[in-house]
Amino acid sequence: MVNVISRLTAWLSSSTLCLSSLLLSSYALAQEAGRSTINMPVGVTPISTEVYGLHMQMFWWCVGIGVVVFGVMFYSMIVHRKSNGAKAANFHDSTTLEILWTVIPLVILVVMAFPATSTLIKLYDTSESDVDVVITGYQWYWKYEYLGEEVSFFSRLSTPQEQIRNQATKGEHYLREVDEPLVIPVNKKIRFLVTSNDVIHAWWVPDLAVKRDAIPGYVNESWAKVNKPGVYRGVCAELCGKDHGFMPIVVKAVPEEEYTVWLADRREQAEKIKALTGKTFTLDELMVQGKQVYTKACVACHGVNGEGGVGKAIAGSPIATGDIAAHLDIVVNGSKVNLAMAAYKDTLSEVDTAAVLTYQRNAFGNNTGDVVQPIDVLNFKQGK
Amino acid sequence: MAHGPAKGFTRWLYTTNHKDIGSMYLWFSFAMFLLGGVFALVIRAELFEPGLQIVEPEFFNQMTTMHGLVMVFGAVMPAFVGLANWMIPMMVGAPDMALPRMNNWSFWILPFAFMMMISTLFMDGGGPNFGWTFYAPLSTTYAPPSVTFFIFAVHIMGASSIMGAINIIATIFNMRAPGMTLMKMPLFVWTWLITAYLLIAVMPVLAGVVTMMLMDIHFGTSFFDAAGGGDPVLFQHVFWFFGHPEVYIMILPAFGIVSAIIPTFARKPLFGYSSMVYATASIAFLSFIVWAHHMFTVGMPIAGELFFMYATMLIAVPTGVKVFNWVTTMFRGSMTFETPMLFSIAFVILFTIGGFSGLMLAIAPADFQYHDTYFVVAHFHYVLVPGAIFSITAGVYYWLPKWCGNMYNETMGKTQFWLAFIGLNVTFFPMHFVGLAGMQRRVPDYNQFFADFNMISSCGAFLFGAAQIMLLYNVIATIRGGKKATAEVWDNPEGLEWTVPSPAPYHTFTTPPEVK
Amino acid sequence: MKEFWQKNSTPAICAKLGVTVVVMFVFAIFIMPPLYDLFCDVTGLNGKTGDAVSIDKANSFGIDTSRTINVQFLATNNENMPWDFRPQVSSVTVHPGEPTVINYVAKNTTVNDMVGQAVPSLVPFKAANYFHKTECFCFNQQPLKAGKTTELGLSFIIDVDIPKYIKTITLSYTLFDITQTTTPKLAAIN
Repeated sequence: MVNVISRLTAWLSSSTLCLSSLLLSSYALAQEAGRSTINMPVGVTPISTEVYGLHMQMFWWCVGIGVVVFGVMFYSMIVHRKSNGAKAANFHDSTTLEILWTVIPLVILVVMAFPATSTLIKLYDTSESDVDVVITGYQWYWKYEYLGEEVSFFSRLSTPQEQIRNQATKGEHYLREVDEPLVIPVNKKIRFLVTSNDVIHAWWVPDLAVKRDAIPGYVNESWAKVNKPGVYRGVCAELCGKDHGFMPIVVKAVPEEEYTVWLADRREQAEKIKALTGKTFTLDELMVQGKQVYTKACVACHGVNGEGGVGKAIAGSPIATGDIAAHLDIVVNGSKVNLAMAAYKDTLSEVDTAAVLTYQRNAFGNNTGDVVQPIDVLNFKQGK
Repeated sequence: MAHGPAKGFTRWLYTTNHKDIGSMYLWFSFAMFLLGGVFALVIRAELFEPGLQIVEPEFFNQMTTMHGLVMVFGAVMPAFVGLANWMIPMMVGAPDMALPRMNNWSFWILPFAFMMMISTLFMDGGGPNFGWTFYAPLSTTYAPPSVTFFIFAVHIMGASSIMGAINIIATIFNMRAPGMTLMKMPLFVWTWLITAYLLIAVMPVLAGVVTMMLMDIHFGTSFFDAAGGGDPVLFQHVFWFFGHPEVYIMILPAFGIVSAIIPTFARKPLFGYSSMVYATASIAFLSFIVWAHHMFTVGMPIAGELFFMYATMLIAVPTGVKVFNWVTTMFRGSMTFETPMLFSIAFVILFTIGGFSGLMLAIAPADFQYHDTYFVVAHFHYVLVPGAIFSITAGVYYWLPKWCGNMYNETMGKTQFWLAFIGLNVTFFPMHFVGLAGMQRRVPDYNQFFADFNMISSCGAFLFGAAQIMLLYNVIATIRGGKKATAEVWDNPEGLEWTVPSPAPYHTFTTPPEVK
Repeated sequence: MKEFWQKNSTPAICAKLGVTVVVMFVFAIFIMPPLYDLFCDVTGLNGKTGDAVSIDKANSFGIDTSRTINVQFLATNNENMPWDFRPQVSSVTVHPGEPTVINYVAKNTTVNDMVGQAVPSLVPFKAANYFHKTECFCFNQQPLKAGKTTELGLSFIIDVDIPKYIKTITLSYTLFDITQTTTPKLAAIN
């Protein structure tokens, strides 16, 4: 009688244990709204969804096998104890059993191999992409280039040091925010060409299920087709030196129209910078151009010889002979005290602004010898 | 002719006795285990909360690197060699190892190598900071100056392992007592025989890869440098060709230990002995053809990727066979749960869980989400800590009475087990979660999203560390005194080691025993 | 085995050992490298497109006008390589079998004379076997004096046998600074 009860208890407790852990785990693993703290994201691409499916499939197989094996073990530990009066059996061989528990796991593995192979083949198919992005890993930031578009920029961690050093509260996207995210259109096939400038890095965005090593001297391919607009964050996934944990990735997937506008804007900026940085103007060139601009835009208020009038005199002016940044500020942004001095940032090009500033700083006896280049004006306008 | 051991310190320096050398290996490995554990606690202390609080990222990288190197090469491997030295001669009825003087040399170069390697932490530029897997070019062009000492230390450790392996093979093949056929050997001897072949096959490959590193760093070659026509991925291939069999080197002896302990405490013979031998051999063979599953994201052609995925999935089969055999050994036995049995059962359960995460990692497309995250860290810590370390601890509790003649205190043993068991699970189970949720490896700081589980892990780590101090206490207390152990120690255990007195005499089986 | 040690005298054993060692080193130094190159050529492993292919050989099958392949060009500077390095065109569309010439442009923006080495890498891997470079700046080291600009030429032909599903090839060059290793100085010992 005691025997039956103890056996029953054993069976009941071991199966309840297994069942309850199963229920608990399925609850815990269910995708909640927002990110899961314990499971992989389903992600926003067809591949990431398949990868999540493979992951869960294998997980459940493992849980199933674990329940069976550990169930038998726990049962045995409860029932087959010496203190229970159990007598040891003597069997120690069974070819049938050995064959069974070799073949059955083999079959399970073959079953898993099919979907895994199919997903891997899809993952490798980088053909016929809509947008190609070249990603270069550096110690310790990323560079993104849009192939064929002349648009490229660096993407660096933007979390302030004070937060890292525990002197300020950490923001929501602590260590997961950058100054310039990678912008891509949704529903288009994006091909990533990954390489490195120095050591091996790895570009990983979990929501896209893309992870590729960035190897110096070699280029690797991967692809993704994002089906939902949003901001997706990732990290460098290969030890690359001291700031390996401080070079995150941010991908901003936007509707196609928004992407086209953004790209056109960046292209324009890039072309501008190229035009401006491609040429370094000499003092003479700037003076000639500057005089023309001055005559057109400044003479009315500041006088042909910079002697002033409605506006202040340029000759001997503290602004025209002092800090260049302040000089730039008043011409580009206008005067805050005297509204008659307008902002010229939209009416004068960078080249013209540089020229007229150089002219003002060297004509009328000012002779500072300063040369303002168009790129200085652009940088100032962009707040650098 | 039997005389006692020599007197004084030189006894240890010059000894060729397998018991002395075994003890030295075990003490050395325990010391390294505690040192590697301290490095781990520095890591977990920094990771207790988001933000940089305790160490700088450069030093953190040195800690992660040294933790791995010391644990793999200084704790686990020497511990298994120590157990092999102590037990294999006794288990096969031999008076000592085949090459006793080489045995002494194999041990003594280890403290030298490790002192050199650990001293790099104090050198200009710091110690190795490129991970225990030391990928190029981070470990070549971008390495600190101490990397040369690291390479030298690795060469020496490799030599030690190779010599030990040769010794073991020679002993097992040539010195078994008459009547002990290969298929009558205890499984611990079988698993060590196979491990020794793995060592001889792959340690030279490790020596090769660090020599190529040395050449690249100092002699202008370009093995791993694309500028000269080389390839950083070549490093990974050669390293992992060593690296994968290496992890089986670190687990096969564990299988042997557990296969000795479970039958004893289940009072039932090991189920499927020949199956276990064939499974171990299959695992060893398969371990040579799966290495690139550590490299699924480097950009291998798809044919290669698929091959390595299939081969890796295949290794689950013989490993599963072994687990089923252990469970069937327990089934319908008459079990008692002394400390060695507790550790062995925990091994079977938790190693299997580690195996499950390994199976998930084998699925290449899914691995793209797991690779270089804490999910991998969780996987290998489950197979190494409740795997290798627990089996070593089990072996220590099991054989300590034979070595020193005293029983350990059972309550203390069981307490130490539960502390270690709880500690390790609290440390490593949450790592599965943070890894899946997106936290990468080898970073000193992380977003608050991962904070809760990291804090839990860190608490568990300190508990586990405390449990190891308790293990040290238990071992020392037992050696100093305790209930006297009989020759058999346990209830009717199998094996020649239980036919000699406890403590085992300095020289055993000077005349070979009869094996029926 | 035992007989070997007994039958041969010590000088004989030493001589045999010496000869074996010499043979091994000769094999490793003089025979392995060409074998390795051959292996890489045959398999196209690693995206390495192999050495120059003679124009006649590459031209032998004519041009396949039924389809086109888009060939994209990338340029990466390694580490602290300060040169300006970019392709003149970011991509070209070619027929398989059609000989094509494009240029990269490099400018040494420093005040020192330097030497660069460009290393190619091509994706998809399958295409590497079919991409024949008849003339490439990556075959040679590229010395460039301070401040100077140069055009770096690449002539290639895509094999007509290239599989139909390959429609895009991306060829990337990484530029390394090898000034140190090409001067007669000894490399500094750390």
